[in-house]
Amino acid sequence: MAKHHITTTINGEEAEYLCEPQETLLDVLRDQVGLTGTKEGCSSGDCGACSVMLDGRLVCSCLVLGVEAAGKAVETIEGMADGENLHPLQQKFLEEAALQCGFCTPGVLVAAKALLDTNNNPTETEVRYWLAGNLCRCTGYDKIIRAVMDTAADMRGA
Amino acid sequence: MRYEAPGSVDEAVKLLADANGAARVLAGGTDLLVQLRAGMISPEVVINIKDISETKGITADGGGFCIGATVSGAEMGEHAALVAAWPGVVEGVELIGSTQIQGRATMVGNLCNASPAADGVPALIAAGATCTVAGPNGQREVPVADIPTGPGKNSLANGEFIVNVKLPARPGNASDAYLRMIPRTEMDIAIVGAGVNLVLDDSGTCTEASVILGAVGPKTITVDAAAAALVGTKVDEAALAACAAAASAAATPIDDKRGTVVYRTKVSGVLASRAAAIAAERARS
Amino acid sequence: MNEQPKQYKWVGTRAIRPDGVDKVTGRAMYGADLALPGMVEGKVVRSPHAHARIISIDTSKAEALKGVTAVITAADMPVADSKPVASGEAMINFKDLANNVLAREKALYEGQAVAAVAATTAAIAEKAAALVVVNYEVLPHVIDVMEAIKEDAPVLHDDMFTGGVKPKPEKASNVANRVEFALGDAEAGFAAADLVIERKFTTEPVHQGYIEPHAVVADMNPDGKVDVFCSSQGHFMVRAFCSQLLHIEMSKIKVTAAEIGGGFGGKTTVYLEPLAIMLSRKSGRPVRMTMSREEVFRGSGATSGAAMTIKMGATKDGKITGAYAELYLQAGAFPGSPVGPAAMTAFAPYDLDNVKVVGFDVVSNRQKVVAYRAPGAPISEYGVESVVDELASELGIDPIEIRTINAAKEGTQAAYGVKFGTIGFQETLDAAKATEHFKTPLGPNQGRGVASGFWFNIGGESCAGIRVNEDGSISLTEGSPDIGGSRASMALMAAETLGVDYHSIKPSVVDTDAIGYHFVTGGSRVTFATGMAVVEASKAAIDELRARAAKVWDVDVDGVVWEDGHAKPASTNVGDFEPMSLAEIAKVANKTGGPISGHADINAKGAGPAFGTHICDVEVDPDTGHVTVLRYTAVQDAGRAIHPAYVEGQIQGGAVQGIGWALNEEYIYDKNGRLENAGFLDYRVPVASDLPMIDAIIVEVPNPTHPFGVRGVGEVPIIPPLAAVSNAVAAATGVRFNQLPLSPPTILAGIAASK
Ligand SMILES: Cc1cc2nc3c(=O)[nH]c(=O)nc-3n(C[C@H](O)[C@H](O)[C@H](O)COP(=O)(O)OP(=O)(O)OC[C@H]3O[C@@H](n4cnc5c(N)ncnc54)[C@H](O)[C@@H]3O)c2cc1C
Ligand code: FES
Ligand code: FES
Repeated sequence: MAKHHITTTINGEEAEYLCEPQETLLDVLRDQVGLTGTKEGCSSGDCGACSVMLDGRLVCSCLVLGVEAAGKAVETIEGMADGENLHPLQQKFLEEAALQCGFCTPGVLVAAKALLDTNNNPTETEVRYWLAGNLCRCTGYDKIIRAVMDTAADMRGA
Repeated sequence: MRYEAPGSVDEAVKLLADANGAARVLAGGTDLLVQLRAGMISPEVVINIKDISETKGITADGGGFCIGATVSGAEMGEHAALVAAWPGVVEGVELIGSTQIQGRATMVGNLCNASPAADGVPALIAAGATCTVAGPNGQREVPVADIPTGPGKNSLANGEFIVNVKLPARPGNASDAYLRMIPRTEMDIAIVGAGVNLVLDDSGTCTEASVILGAVGPKTITVDAAAAALVGTKVDEAALAACAAAASAAATPIDDKRGTVVYRTKVSGVLASRAAAIAAERARS
Repeated sequence: MNEQPKQYKWVGTRAIRPDGVDKVTGRAMYGADLALPGMVEGKVVRSPHAHARIISIDTSKAEALKGVTAVITAADMPVADSKPVASGEAMINFKDLANNVLAREKALYEGQAVAAVAATTAAIAEKAAALVVVNYEVLPHVIDVMEAIKEDAPVLHDDMFTGGVKPKPEKASNVANRVEFALGDAEAGFAAADLVIERKFTTEPVHQGYIEPHAVVADMNPDGKVDVFCSSQGHFMVRAFCSQLLHIEMSKIKVTAAEIGGGFGGKTTVYLEPLAIMLSRKSGRPVRMTMSREEVFRGSGATSGAAMTIKMGATKDGKITGAYAELYLQAGAFPGSPVGPAAMTAFAPYDLDNVKVVGFDVVSNRQKVVAYRAPGAPISEYGVESVVDELASELGIDPIEIRTINAAKEGTQAAYGVKFGTIGFQETLDAAKATEHFKTPLGPNQGRGVASGFWFNIGGESCAGIRVNEDGSISLTEGSPDIGGSRASMALMAAETLGVDYHSIKPSVVDTDAIGYHFVTGGSRVTFATGMAVVEASKAAIDELRARAAKVWDVDVDGVVWEDGHAKPASTNVGDFEPMSLAEIAKVANKTGGPISGHADINAKGAGPAFGTHICDVEVDPDTGHVTVLRYTAVQDAGRAIHPAYVEGQIQGGAVQGIGWALNEEYIYDKNGRLENAGFLDYRVPVASDLPMIDAIIVEVPNPTHPFGVRGVGEVPIIPPLAAVSNAVAAATGVRFNQLPLSPPTILAGIAASK
């Protein structure tokens, strides 16, 4: 089985990897590229733990083939902070205890950032529906929703 | 498994034809990858059609719209004119999965996957949409209603794939709606779905209607009696009740892990009449 | 809400957790995140049958596949004795555990492991797993608990005779055990009642639903030493279980706790770990194993489906005079359902004179159930709280009032044996009653439900070490996997005790070589028990710090006190010395005797029972049966909230798991006993858009046995929602369902039947 040589951009940097046609972007990120911040909770699109941005769209990396990333831009949780400076969402999640086990957190953060990048004044209902594909079993969502809303408020205030 | 990403319709057709049934088209992949992973399918070659320009974008087309086969649900939702003209078609597609799924999933994938519970299909059929099928013998226009033939089965022949979908032009006081029943609020497969498309005249009387049920039979059910119950009325309570009764009578559901026959039968009527009321309200405003 | 009590500087604050940045940046290492050089991937071969005899297993084709490094079956595992062995506070039957990990003679449920393979890639391992040929003789199966107790039900274990009954039964059956206890005379209690209500209830099996699937990396050296890295609720449990199962000395096994992506009780046992060790031994290479989501649903975790009868009688002014419960809980393939705690907690919130509870532990062809938050209590208390609600509405008494009339208080004799000390049940009722929520009027098709819950909370073995570094910073070590912010609570308690800055303390959950035995993270014990160890270790360090200051000052140690992070002379009689800070003492430690530390190895006793009271508003669509949770308030006595935000988080998360249990979560089996919904699409855990905010109200009635008053908070919040939701649905629809889940088809059918 021939492997494909893929050139792509991951978190702003050019990256290359070899992958089999059936390998998912999630497999590739975790096993080839070594970015294990993107999590696997189901591998079937149901949990959102594997959320990444692909050419500016929020997707489940478990439902994207590794080969499909060729020539595209991938953004993962590892690219969210700017060096030492956490993204405001990351900071707010810490301050407001919006994570317990933290396993859903990378996916939730990537998804929430995608929302706030296009809408910095979402209603609670909008946030809840936007994040409906990010399962969290620990928090009951309350603190996650509040942290996203509060970050948006800060961003509007700034 | 091989992976191909052809750049033209012809190339794609050739790859499909050469594979002799052992190929799968890859659009958003939200069904395909799940099925691959579960071992339900094991194609020799997967053909990504997203690099083919004819499958991209939404264009206004003689008062209607031409929607490329690889347009995602999110793109449809962002297209203001499409949403204004065909809110029911768009809301059906937008109900598919989460934000993440919306970033990938296509209406055409939903149609070709041919799940009886597909949310993107009832309103699309109610809209009278057609699609362009490309194949070894060139291209043909086919009503979307003719694509799904049974659970997981479609009418496309070897070497064929869908390039785009066309929604017709429509008068001003017309609209559509789609509703589904799921136990949660998101991330579920429909237990019942109902798409209604209707046209009102200036007095608010319904002149044309189409009522399509999903998830209550091996494929969608076109309920002419429910449509007839609406035509000639102001889509008032009595008409809605008649529409509901006709929809329930037409449903042929099964008992499964998601719902019972009794439940689906009753809720078919409930959703058909609610969708009709919403479509009428939209058409009036 | 009681925020930080005045006397405390750190306890009660919402400090940022020490492991937080790792977890919001993707750096934290969970079970599947470790890759070792030369590592191969393992895969489990699972039974496709609910009940089958294993005639033969042919591994030759799998072994012959290129890239395969090992194949194992039960034949590779030592045969275990059938007698229960103490492991911490739990009694474990290692023969059952061994069979659950790798089936020997029979597969007792769909998804049970029968063999495992390791190969250079996951894809090859998967292919190899498919090449293992298992020859089965399919046997009749039984899943439902009431079916399983029938005379003619297929018997899972022909050597199982119901325990707890005399004389010993002559015939093997699926009833593993019968438990019973009584207080007073229940029948006399019913005779004294003005109203007696008796109802039958059922609940379906549910899964803990942690988002992280089980994962492990194991590496066995040729000299027999083993390194294990895994996600579990107790790496000491993993060490103990693997040692017993594989006959490897404990000292040879080092288990490192990965960050854990949720457990809720489901990661208090082993599944993959022993297999990974065996595969590593055979492969001579490190082995990683991860479960797919489907495997998680079929082969791990989960708790009982149940059937029960609850009977309660009350006088017309609301005093409960008698109570009876008969409980049947699925254990899964091997004995050990949580029927014991279900029976003990059932009526525990109430001060009753006449109680009888009978419970049955019933095996059936499902995965062996494992702890799920307050194991058993949500089930039995659901039945009881539903009947209490019905008593209240029949008698025209407010639901909080009837609970107040009967509430257990200090000195109440609980039917299960203990006499309660200081408890805060009434305080939760008062706080619930005082909420604006409870007074807000409802609209059409809406209903409000109230329910309470009780959990014992537990103590158990924990250890802690405080190392005062040369620069005065503190390294805090303990061994309870941090499942939801416990490192922060440990550091807060240490900071408070030592009188130092929270940020100068770095807490670590260290491996099994580095600290003494810890019982699992579970039963709401960590903040209580490990917290107690941390406080004791801190105190030991303080004693040492005082001794060092005494040495510097050349005075007797009794002349030195510890205040606010400083050693000070106890009085002017001792001498006129400038107080020495912890950092100053640390700096000169080499001159006063070397490194400074404090340790504690304890078995914590005196856990404080905890109670909660929840209020739930729902709206029911009368035409589709769809339930929307409109508003939810959860009140709980935490004893003392060390970190209020994480306490609220436990309450909110537990409440939502309970809401899921009540509304849509259930295991659905086909006629062959195969699970039909082994994925998150059809096993419906609540998603964000299903829910309102969960108002968490913390009540603090300190537990006198804990230095800061901690009771433990993790278990209680999952208990009340089952009845709170179903009481709300009853109020909205006028129909009592007495079965969970309250899925739309069930509700619509109930409404139709009532007309
Ligand atoms: C988490 C999750 C939630 C979901 N929720 C819903 C839901 O709520 N409602 C619902 O209806 N569905 C749901 N789905 C299913 C799926 O997302 C939809 O059916 C989606 O529309 C499929 O589109 P796609 O572009 O991803 O299709 P693909 O997976 O790319 O393709 C689907 C099938 O159609 C074929 N195909 C695709 N495009 C063409 C073409 N142009 N010509 C010929 N054949 C083609 C493919 O070969 C494949 O067999 C869900 C899936 C997931 C993973
Ligand atoms: S792992 Fe991709 S959605 Fe769960
Ligand atoms: S914090 Fe554990 S799953 Fe969300």
